[in-house]
Amino acid sequence: MNNMRLSTVKTFKYILLSLLALFFLFPVLWVLLSSFKYQHELFKVPMKIFPSDWTIENYVFSFRQNNFFINFKNSFIVAVVSTVITVLINTMAGYALSKFIFPGRDLIFTVMLATLMIPLQVIMVPVFLQLKRFHMLNNLWGIIIPPAATPTGVFLARQYMLSLPNSMIEASRIDGANEGRIFFEIIMPLSKPIIATITIFSFMWRWNDYLWPLIVITDNKLQTLQQVLAGFVGQLQINWSSLLAMTGISMLPVIVVFFMFQKYFMTGISAGSVKG
Amino acid sequence: MRRVKRPRGNFHQTLAPSLFLLPNIAIFVLFIIIPAFQGLYMAFTDWSILGKPKFVGLKNYQRLLNDRVFGITVKNTLVYCFFTVVFITVLALLLALMLYKNKLKGEKAFRSAFYIPSLMSMITVGIAWRFILGDEMGIINYMLRSLGGEGVRFLTDLNLAMFSVIFVSIWAQAGYYMVIMISGLQAIPEELYEASKIDGATGLQAFFDITLPLLKPTILVVMVLATIVSFKAYELINVMTGGGPGFVTKMIVQQIYQVAFTEDRMGYAAAMSTFLMAIIGVFTLVQFKISGRSEDYE
Repeated sequence: MNNMRLSTVKTFKYILLSLLALFFLFPVLWVLLSSFKYQHELFKVPMKIFPSDWTIENYVFSFRQNNFFINFKNSFIVAVVSTVITVLINTMAGYALSKFIFPGRDLIFTVMLATLMIPLQVIMVPVFLQLKRFHMLNNLWGIIIPPAATPTGVFLARQYMLSLPNSMIEASRIDGANEGRIFFEIIMPLSKPIIATITIFSFMWRWNDYLWPLIVITDNKLQTLQQVLAGFVGQLQINWSSLLAMTGISMLPVIVVFFMFQKYFMTGISAGSVKG
Repeated sequence: MRRVKRPRGNFHQTLAPSLFLLPNIAIFVLFIIIPAFQGLYMAFTDWSILGKPKFVGLKNYQRLLNDRVFGITVKNTLVYCFFTVVFITVLALLLALMLYKNKLKGEKAFRSAFYIPSLMSMITVGIAWRFILGDEMGIINYMLRSLGGEGVRFLTDLNLAMFSVIFVSIWAQAGYYMVIMISGLQAIPEELYEASKIDGATGLQAFFDITLPLLKPTILVVMVLATIVSFKAYELINVMTGGGPGFVTKMIVQQIYQVAFTEDRMGYAAAMSTFLMAIIGVFTLVQFKISGRSEDYE
């Protein structure tokens, strides 16, 4: 009797979870599937889930359009370069905050975390003027450098490095290794898991970012993918076939990275519980 | 916490860590801390991009009090924030409760499915849902019509637009907070549940006596993070409704952006930003006070 009740509960749970999964996945799948439909089929009644005639025409057309390839490249360059910088400077900061004792250390750490409460949205006006002063407007460096220092990255690196043994650091110091070598040859290799986590998240943040580019870039040739997508939506007559393909192009890299490095995603969120 | 006990010499004590910290601190100071203070000052001035700032005292704040549109965006943001945060917290908790035990087959696949929307940029989320909810060609309206119903103007109806925007915001973020909830739930020792079972407690009792109290810090973190994210909301709504119809879904951030960069009233926009910063600060503080914990990051 009890067993039957249990299996009923289980079946019910599976049905509920499947419905929820459908709810969370359908929009993504619908966009992707529709992006492979010919334009004339897109809004044809009766609507079909799967394209009756698969085509990559929309993707080809997107890449041929205006500056789309350049914009795609911009997004990629920004995401990669910014991520490299983020990983380097955040792990450096994490190391300083976890393995040294110096006056003001805890204060610095607290202030860094507190900057999470000052999002770009509330300082975008003065930030814009600051970037203007440094001649970083309409310049890819303007969206690479400022967002590279992330409180989340520093936090993740610090928490991870606290658990690394001090003995190896002390031994190398006695051997006369300088601090730079200790960092690059001992700390970095030992911190691979957290570096992977920071890399993945940083890539995703920068790839998906819209507000920084919006403030910094106005030149069409320097715009990123997200800006192009947003610009498309602003038009009176939206060319949905093209837009869906571009949306697909924007979503795919992150989804692929997610399935390759799923483990790091989950640990990253639970360890950090923060978004930067 | 273990640390290097007695580093030798002055270099190891202060100079080396200072150098390691330098790049990060430089960026924080130049692009967050200085702008934050500059914003506070700008709010007391008339400032346009090309002109010189002119000190005007509290005029911007006085104007803010009588600004009808700004008032509407504040109200919208509070409504949006309240419902988004409440529903995200509840949904994330429910999803986590179903998936945290590592017992059910396919648990991982379900977690991934719920998490996928969190991988998308807010722009693509907006595009996807606009495609789905659209008046004429959206699939939802198509289904409603083929079932004999009437079309629903999800994004352009005065009463429905806000609902749609909140709904999509929940969809986009619930999976992310579910992961945080799962790690919180997994940190609760199994023995507690076993003990309460022996005492004859039902599952529901165990949930209220053990799960909820011990999960409180996690729930708090989720609520604080979700609150900050909701107050920043801009991209998603901009793509879905553009703030309309009328001002129905216009949020503070969109108004700040418009006043600063379209109308070129930087000083006034800075006053609005300061107001927003104050709201975020107050809400975060209140949430921490309610729970009586303030050291969640340590």
